[in-house]
Amino acid sequence: MTTKYSYFPGCSLKGIGRAYEESLLPVLRALDVELEELEDWNCCGATAYMAIDEVKACVLASRNLAMAEKLGHKELVAPCSACYLVLNKTKHYLQDSPAVRGVIEKALAEVNMTYSGNTPVRHPLDVMIHSIGLDAIKQRVKRPLTGLKVAPYYGCQIVRPYSTFDDQYNPTTMDRLLEAIGCTIVHFPLKTRCCGASLTGTLPEPGLLCARDILAEAITRGADLIATVCPLCQFNLDGYHDKIAKKWGPHRIPTVYFTQLMGLAFGLGERELGLHRGFVPMQPLPAPVPVGVGV
Amino acid sequence: MDKPSKQTVRIGFYICHCGSNIAAMVDCPAVARFVGTLPHVVLSRDYKYMCSDPGQELIQKDISEHQLNRVVVASCSPLLHEHTFRGAVEAGGLNPFFFHMVNIREHDSWVHTDPAEATAKAKELAHAAIMRVAMHKALEVKKVPVHPDVLVVGGGIAGIHAALTLANAGKKVFLVEREPSIGGHMAQFDKTFPTLDCAACILTPKMSAVGTHPNITLLSYSEVTKLDGYVGNYTATVKRKPRYISEDKCTGCQECIANCVYKEPKFPDEFNEGLGKRKPVYIPFPQATPQVVVIDPQTCLNFRNGELTGKCKKSCVAACGDKEAIDFSQTETFQELKVGTVIVTTGFQAFDAKRMPQYGYGKFPNVYTALEIERLVNTSGPTAGHVVLRDGKTEPRSIGIIHCVGSRDKKTNRWCSRVCCMFSLKLAHLLKEHTGAEVYNFYIDMRAPGKGYEEFYDKLLEEGVHFIRGRVGEVTDWARTPDEEGKLVIRVEDTLAGYVRRIPFDMVVLATGLEPHADAQDVRRMLNMSCGSEGFFLERHPKLAPVSTFTEGIFLAGCCQGPRDIPDTVAQAGAAAAEALALIDKGFIEQEPNTAFILEDECCGCKSCIPLCPYTAITFDAANKKAVINEALCKGCGTCVAACPSGTIVQNLFDDEEIFSEIEGVLAHE
Repeated sequence: MTTKYSYFPGCSLKGIGRAYEESLLPVLRALDVELEELEDWNCCGATAYMAIDEVKACVLASRNLAMAEKLGHKELVAPCSACYLVLNKTKHYLQDSPAVRGVIEKALAEVNMTYSGNTPVRHPLDVMIHSIGLDAIKQRVKRPLTGLKVAPYYGCQIVRPYSTFDDQYNPTTMDRLLEAIGCTIVHFPLKTRCCGASLTGTLPEPGLLCARDILAEAITRGADLIATVCPLCQFNLDGYHDKIAKKWGPHRIPTVYFTQLMGLAFGLGERELGLHRGFVPMQPLPAPVPVGVGV
Repeated sequence: MDKPSKQTVRIGFYICHCGSNIAAMVDCPAVARFVGTLPHVVLSRDYKYMCSDPGQELIQKDISEHQLNRVVVASCSPLLHEHTFRGAVEAGGLNPFFFHMVNIREHDSWVHTDPAEATAKAKELAHAAIMRVAMHKALEVKKVPVHPDVLVVGGGIAGIHAALTLANAGKKVFLVEREPSIGGHMAQFDKTFPTLDCAACILTPKMSAVGTHPNITLLSYSEVTKLDGYVGNYTATVKRKPRYISEDKCTGCQECIANCVYKEPKFPDEFNEGLGKRKPVYIPFPQATPQVVVIDPQTCLNFRNGELTGKCKKSCVAACGDKEAIDFSQTETFQELKVGTVIVTTGFQAFDAKRMPQYGYGKFPNVYTALEIERLVNTSGPTAGHVVLRDGKTEPRSIGIIHCVGSRDKKTNRWCSRVCCMFSLKLAHLLKEHTGAEVYNFYIDMRAPGKGYEEFYDKLLEEGVHFIRGRVGEVTDWARTPDEEGKLVIRVEDTLAGYVRRIPFDMVVLATGLEPHADAQDVRRMLNMSCGSEGFFLERHPKLAPVSTFTEGIFLAGCCQGPRDIPDTVAQAGAAAAEALALIDKGFIEQEPNTAFILEDECCGCKSCIPLCPYTAITFDAANKKAVINEALCKGCGTCVAACPSGTIVQNLFDDEEIFSEIEGVLAHE
């Protein structure tokens, strides 16, 4: 039976991170999960908004939450880490601060909306591990990614400041997920280090250094590629190779979404999964191993 | 007010100035004048210090001169002086319960700022007391004898010291220890701070004194499973775990160990924190007390999954020979002990460093806990005191000690574990002495508040140990520069220098904090004690009753009450022993008569009261279908009285007549 979730794509998944959406939707469909996109969603409130006026950012986020509640599915899936964090942060504020709640309720009332604060906001990684389950995922694997060495990179926002579904310091959900589809996980001490975030645009030197550290460590650890859960991480790790090479020499290693790897394991096509969109292309996979072997 | 019929009530009222504590806010003469107008009040006085000798003598004199038969004193909290004034009333020839005390200090003068209102409140409270005391009845303080034997639960340094103190005073002591040997954590320590005397050298004489003392019955490898009764008359049930060795027959010759079918020790050795190995038949450490071997059914070949199979060739039995000390037929047995008092010294458990994955314990082999280092630097430890990394050969050239692991941290334990700064200094000194390595301490604040402690810190600074102020962010094997490769890198904000540092080390030591045992809540329930929010057992008063609990006759000492070092633990154990001795030598307990009782005819046997009693004082008499209150256990909390649906439970000093009169008095004033 198909399970339905509300879906908040956010700007990245329609633009620079569209490969994330392109791979997420068919992978979930293969697992009998359907995402219903919110109609008329708006900016989640992340980044610049949050830094300048937190309450207004929360108001933006709460409009999306209110729409999700109205749509009626029990839970809302937000794949981008920044959206995921802002939506959850807004839920916390609604619960903990009567002052913020007052502002939000007033703003929503202006457009005849209400939000009771009930709809849980979940990350696809959380849904995969805790709702779908590794057993169901293993059953869908047509082409185990045996031999592919992956550095699992989680970034900061899905574990800080809230760590609702994984350990804050040593998250392992993606490790387990990728192992289930046949990958080999390399020991990666920088799992939750900063990718450089928006510093790559504003203060390039320290921002790019963050990205370089992660690329360098993944190469040192013998990884074939880096798997990520966040469009901003993917962009920072994939998009600045020229600049990084100029400063510190080449650090070429592809960075892909975990959903793209799942799609490959499920037998979907590379183009279908948006794999052609990366700047550093993923090397062709080794010859497929028949199902039941190595997984 | 209804006039009491039995006799004419003649009340004396006294209001105390308490220097200026009360008089500065309450107009005491005015209150006295007002109370003087109330019915049954024969005289009403104000006085500077009622608790002084002249104040008490005044009450006594007035009782005889004015034929008073009730007394009310308005002063401080009854917790402070109710006993004093009851004594004065009794010395004046009255039943001490014809007295009532009004608290107009903590409840009035200290907490109000308007003198007129404070005075009005004092009048209301006094009026209530006058109405109430008229209804008081004569009550009797009962005396219950105290059994002179003592149960000490836990055989660490606290339990050892308490047991020896009591035994030396001629009392019989049962010392129950969960592990095969007494000694506790202190037995694992190498040296003690700040004097650096050897822990074993000062502990083992006391251990063997326990083992041989005629007044001490040592029940090792045993656990208290039940405690019934009340102060002076407890019955403890002790589970004796099978050690498959007869304690009476084993001489400690250890031939069985030498002849075990396992030629080499194979299993992690608990005493050495798993750094060494032991056989299935073992003695925990050379000075173990009792000097009796123990067989571990989890690893012994004669068992499978803890069940006896008899499939081993039992070379140990042959080696034991005529002594016939090995007995595989042993099973769990239970023993009942009659004691009058209990001293709880169950100690602590070290924080599990794996709960902070950012420090890499369990992931990186060369991250150690402090207890592991205690064993590693110890001459009788797994490496005979030779400090090497887990590969068994490399000496560390650089060592980082991280303080406050599982302490002062909202995510794990919020409290300061009190001893970690000092044991970290001690370990820094010992590690430097053993290896000559560069040793760094990473601390939040250095806490060295003890005799000779700050001086010890100074000494370490002079020895060249490095100190960096800052909570460590992580221990990682992420090498950024070639000199970091193959090392454990500590990332920390140096809050004195004001920048983030990366320092590579060969060995990292985690100063793990102290926390309550995982089963502390079970023990608390079994012994009817309370726990603070952090899970340590709660003392009756943090300052004035630090070794007593809320259950009479049960005392606390050592780290089960909160983290503390050895000197404080021993001092507290001595205090707990003295408290027990005071009860034993008095010989009896005086029971406050404010207990509840059941009007038997009216009890409908609904049992509502039974689960509510926090002192398990109520039982059910199945034959008569009535609840029964054990007066000795009842603390007079009143819960059952309020809960009884038929109003069948009545409490002395709080019967309906008394309470309703008091309410009327409070409401009477305008």
